[in-house]
Amino acid sequence: MTHYAPPLPAAELERNFADIAPPLTPDAAIAEAHRCLYCFDAPCTKACPTHIDVPAFIKKIATGNLRGSARVILDANPMGHSCARACPVEVLCEGACVLNDRDVKPINIALLQRHATDYALERKLRLFAPGRPNGKRVAIVGAGPAGLSCAQDLRRWGYAVTVLEAQDKPGGLNTYGIAEYKMRPATALAEAQMVLDLGVELRTGVVVGRDVGLETLLEEYDAVFVGVGLGSNRGLGIPGEELVGVVDALSFIAHLKSHPYSETPVGRRVAVIGAGNTAIDAVTQAKRLGAERAMIVYRRGEADMRCYHYEYELAKRDGCEFRFHASPRRVLGNARVEGLEVETPAGVEVIACDMVIKALGQTPRAEFVPPAAHPKLFVGGDCANGGAEIVNAAAEGKKGAAAIHRMLGGGHG
Amino acid sequence: MADLRANCAGIESPNPFWLASGPPTNTYGQVARAFDAGWGGAVWKTIGEPIINVYSRYGSVDLGGNRVMGFNNIELITDRPLEDNFREIAEVKRDYPRNALVVSLMVESKREAWHEIVKRTEDAGADGLELNFGCPHGMSERGMGSAVGQVPEYTARILGWVKEVATRPVLAKLTPNVTDVTYIARAARQGGADGLSLINTINSIMGVDLTTFAPLPAVGGKSSHGGYCGPAVKPIALHMVSAVAGDRDVGLPVSGIGGIATWRDAAEFIALGASSVQVCTAVMHYGFRIVEDLADGLSNWMDEVGLRTLDDLRGKALPNVTTWEQLDLNYHLVAEIDYDKCIECELCYVACEDGAHQAIRRHDDADRAGGRHAVEIIEEACVGCNLCSLVCPVDGCIAMKQIPNGAPPVSWKDFTAGRGRLAPRPEHFHVARFG
Repeated sequence: MTHYAPPLPAAELERNFADIAPPLTPDAAIAEAHRCLYCFDAPCTKACPTHIDVPAFIKKIATGNLRGSARVILDANPMGHSCARACPVEVLCEGACVLNDRDVKPINIALLQRHATDYALERKLRLFAPGRPNGKRVAIVGAGPAGLSCAQDLRRWGYAVTVLEAQDKPGGLNTYGIAEYKMRPATALAEAQMVLDLGVELRTGVVVGRDVGLETLLEEYDAVFVGVGLGSNRGLGIPGEELVGVVDALSFIAHLKSHPYSETPVGRRVAVIGAGNTAIDAVTQAKRLGAERAMIVYRRGEADMRCYHYEYELAKRDGCEFRFHASPRRVLGNARVEGLEVETPAGVEVIACDMVIKALGQTPRAEFVPPAAHPKLFVGGDCANGGAEIVNAAAEGKKGAAAIHRMLGGGHG
Repeated sequence: MADLRANCAGIESPNPFWLASGPPTNTYGQVARAFDAGWGGAVWKTIGEPIINVYSRYGSVDLGGNRVMGFNNIELITDRPLEDNFREIAEVKRDYPRNALVVSLMVESKREAWHEIVKRTEDAGADGLELNFGCPHGMSERGMGSAVGQVPEYTARILGWVKEVATRPVLAKLTPNVTDVTYIARAARQGGADGLSLINTINSIMGVDLTTFAPLPAVGGKSSHGGYCGPAVKPIALHMVSAVAGDRDVGLPVSGIGGIATWRDAAEFIALGASSVQVCTAVMHYGFRIVEDLADGLSNWMDEVGLRTLDDLRGKALPNVTTWEQLDLNYHLVAEIDYDKCIECELCYVACEDGAHQAIRRHDDADRAGGRHAVEIIEEACVGCNLCSLVCPVDGCIAMKQIPNGAPPVSWKDFTAGRGRLAPRPEHFHVARFG
């Protein structure tokens, strides 16, 4: 391991992974809430995939009704807290705020949403109650944002809900995959717990397809909702991929999030292959762990990057480097990574590095999306949409719950 | 540069900005600093038989994150010995001979008591006297303040006593806590007042503490009604000032008071007839320094619109204050949206639809994609009420546009007397039939 960067001092690591958007003080929250115009049929609400009534929750902050505010948010979106931390609000609610048209800073919806949901999480408020048992049972595969959002509504309507989770903790990518400076696992788990506290049965360490068959679930339950996320990371498909020091981005991030920071090895010089949001999460966190140089290596140009613009800006602020139009050909090294050979418009080049992080996206999980739809099977979240935001998964989880409710004769939803 | 010199009932000051009687005019140190900052005059905090105050004296109404939109107090008159007040009044006059120093007075309703305090105050050098007939709390329970100002006969009688000995101008400060302030103003005229100051504060409870259920401001869990003032009361004060200034039977100079915080407020009071204006809450909020922009802003604006002296401005709006029955029923207004400025918040829509006259149509996303605007005025339903333009958060986005209808003006008075003709109106908001 000597070729890896020595761990930074604990205090520096703590600083590097501190909350990137610290919460508002109560005074600042009220002042910001008062700026909201309380639009009718508000564009922010329309822009949110879960259609949170944004003006309503903001006005409740202004009146000091934080419980009511949190309820408005979490009723529409059980993952309202993680969304407040990790949503791309610039392209959703805040981007739609009418104040943008007035050349005024849009309302800081994310931090206000965080303020209200912090209040509920810190106090472990019971904002919702389970419905009267209706005798029907639903299995949910995957305790990520989609599955948990589905579970909340079903419990509120009186269904018995069992969630099967392959990992040993709930939360899915909220727990294992969000950049550490945006949200820590404990927060994701607290948010998940609010849903579980409605009386959801959670069975962790259960892999559907290995420990229990999907067919069995479909036989034993009245309905099954699948929200398992995406599959494994796509491979590079180039020589040298098996060398020590080649890791996939999600494993790198998950390791960082489930160990003390100093225990996640990071190279002195790190090349991250890919230019999506996960690539940015990997390169910034590599840098924050102590890499001397951390670099995005991307075969296309700046304008083609799939990451959000503000994520790109963040990586630049973190001191990360960008190599555009550099197509990886080979990982070089004897047993462990020593460099990355890339093809550029100027010819073949070697980028010296001792760690390569693969961030080329994840494969779909076709096994849960059968070609012939089963009437009792519902899917949502990344496994259905090919990979999107938490808020999309939450919206689809709720949509799945409503569809199940309709199918099983529920009066509404 | 405009000449801001003011003369209210013979009391002259370098500008019309006086500190109103209250906590800011309690001591030599405060008034001296105020005059140094540029205030034209000050009305010394009411003197009389010293009292004892409670702790916890002020309350505030905050709105939309803004502090002190409304303010109240349950503080009484001076709690300092009369001798100290007189000595400091004399010192202020000695050090600031050019500034107007009026002294507010309140004593029990006895002729001798009033004679004595008037003489001693004039001996101290006051330029004028202001009789506090308005304080609505505490002192009124003892038969003073608004207990006097609410009864025309008492008001006239005490003024008569004061005028028996006063040699300097006497202002009567009126309470708004009456059914019609002009009756009291006329009584003050009959009693011999040289001018009027109004309004004093309005009876109020500022709120209730929802933890302790104590009214605010709370004194050991209890409260009494206090005197309400600050920006929120300005419209009430403007009305009362105009009512008094425009009343032929009153005919007295007016010192305007009530929510004045900016030069615009001051200009409005003067335009409605005030000869000087008095400020208290804004100073309690921001300090004496605000006078700089009061004077600077007023002067710049007067230069801009070509007004040379306060006489040119005073009362300019008074002829336009009339009765409802004189308003033109044929003056036709319709709202007009400037779509270059519209931010599509739809506040105009919901306000009109739920709160007024259902004269704004909204288009759904599909229609908008097809090129329609988010909202649209239904001209034939618009009653020109102004509501949409008032709630619109963008300055100048919704304008009220006059629609020429060719019809000569007709007032309700004329119309019901059979004179004049109503211009045709959309059927649906003209339900009743006349004539």
